[in-house]
Amino acid sequence: MSAGTGVWAYAITESDHVTGAGGGSDLSWLTGVGGAQVRAVTCSGLTVLASDVNLDEYGEAALRENLENLDWLDEVARLHHYVVDATARLFPVLPVRLATVYGGDAAVCASLADHREQLLDALRRVGGRVEWGVKAYAAADKAEAAPDQGEAEPAARESSGLAYLRRRRDQLAAGREARTAAVSGAQAVHAGLADKATAAVVRPPQSAQLSKVRLPMLLNAAYLLDASDGANFTAAVAAEATAHPELRIELTGPWPPYSFAGEDDDGR
Amino acid sequence: MTISGQPGTSATQRGIAGGGRSSTNLGDILERVLDKGLVIAGDIQVNLLDIELLTIKLRLVIASLDTAREVGINWWETDPWLNAEAAGRQAVRSKHGDGDGRLEEGDVQELKDELGRLRGRIKELESGR
Repeated sequence: MSAGTGVWAYAITESDHVTGAGGGSDLSWLTGVGGAQVRAVTCSGLTVLASDVNLDEYGEAALRENLENLDWLDEVARLHHYVVDATARLFPVLPVRLATVYGGDAAVCASLADHREQLLDALRRVGGRVEWGVKAYAAADKAEAAPDQGEAEPAARESSGLAYLRRRRDQLAAGREARTAAVSGAQAVHAGLADKATAAVVRPPQSAQLSKVRLPMLLNAAYLLDASDGANFTAAVAAEATAHPELRIELTGPWPPYSFAGEDDDGR
Repeated sequence: MTISGQPGTSATQRGIAGGGRSSTNLGDILERVLDKGLVIAGDIQVNLLDIELLTIKLRLVIASLDTAREVGINWWETDPWLNAEAAGRQAVRSKHGDGDGRLEEGDVQELKDELGRLRGRIKELESGR
C-alpha cells in the first residue's frame, strides 16, 4: 500500500535566481533524496528547491525508524547536503533542516506566504555568505599516553606496583595541566576568530565516533563570513594554529550557512 | 592545521565550496542538517522537531558531553552568547549532575580504564605461558 507523495525541501532562495528574466539557473541535472529530480516550487517571490518523496520511506512513521538507522541517515544526510551545497554555489540560499516534508506544492506556497518577510530577512542576513567550521582538539600529549603502549611498557613491568602508581599519578597531574592550557587556548582561538566573523556559533563537541578523532575536542564552532573573506579567514585560522601548538586545529568549509539560517533554531 | 575540502577547488575563487559529497565527515554534516538549518513553521507533513531523535542525539550530543566533562570543558553551557543552546541542553545536562569535582571523576575513569587494560594484559601474559 502506498502512503502517497510528499515534497522534501532542501533550500529557499529568491525566485529571481531560479526563474528570473535572464533565464535563471538550470537545475534539471540535480537529483536529491531517493534519486528524484530537484524542482523549484515558486510562490510569493520565493522559491523552495524541493523534490518529491515517497511517504512510504520519507513519511513521518517511516522517518521515525529510518532516522535511527545510521547508514540510512548517512546517505540521506549527504544527499540533502549535496543539493543544499550545489544550489548554494549558484545563488544565495537558506538551507532547510533535514526531513522537512510538505504534503504538496500548495502547502509549500502557504508556508512561503505566511513567512515571506521573515524568510527575506534571513536571506538578506545570511544569503551569499558562507560558514566555516573550526574544531580544536587537545594535541596528543606524551604524558597521557597509556603505559601499556610503546616503550614505557617494559619499565612498567619491571618496577614495583607502588612506583608505577606514583609515576602514573604524576603523569595524570601533568596531563591535567596540559588540558587546562589547551582549554584556555581553545577559548582564545574562538574569541580571535569570532572577532573576524559576522556571527559565530559554538556547538558541543562531537563524539569521537563521529569525528573519527580520538583526541578530546575542545572547540566546535562555526563562523559566518562573506564569501570573499575566505582567504583572510583561512589565514587567520592558520595563524591561530601556529600560535597554539597545544591544539590541533581543523578547518572545514566553506559550507552553506546552515548554522545561521534560523534566528532561534535550537532547543525547541 | 588540517583543511578539509575539495582538492582542486579554490574556496576563495569559487566563493562557496563545502565538503565533497563523500569525503566530508559525517558528524560535520549531521550536526548541520539535523541541528541547524531553517525550520519553517506551517502546514508541514513532517517536521524533524516532531520526531524523537533519541538515538541520534545520544550519538551526537550525550556521548560528546561526557567526553567534554571528563576533560573539564563546559564553557559553552554558560556563555551568554550561547544561552539558547544552553537552554536546549538543560535536560541533557541535568541528567549528568553539575560537574563539580569533574577532574577527580575524570581521574577515576582514567584509572579504571587503565586497570581494565592492565587486567587484559595480565591475562594475555598468563595465557601466553
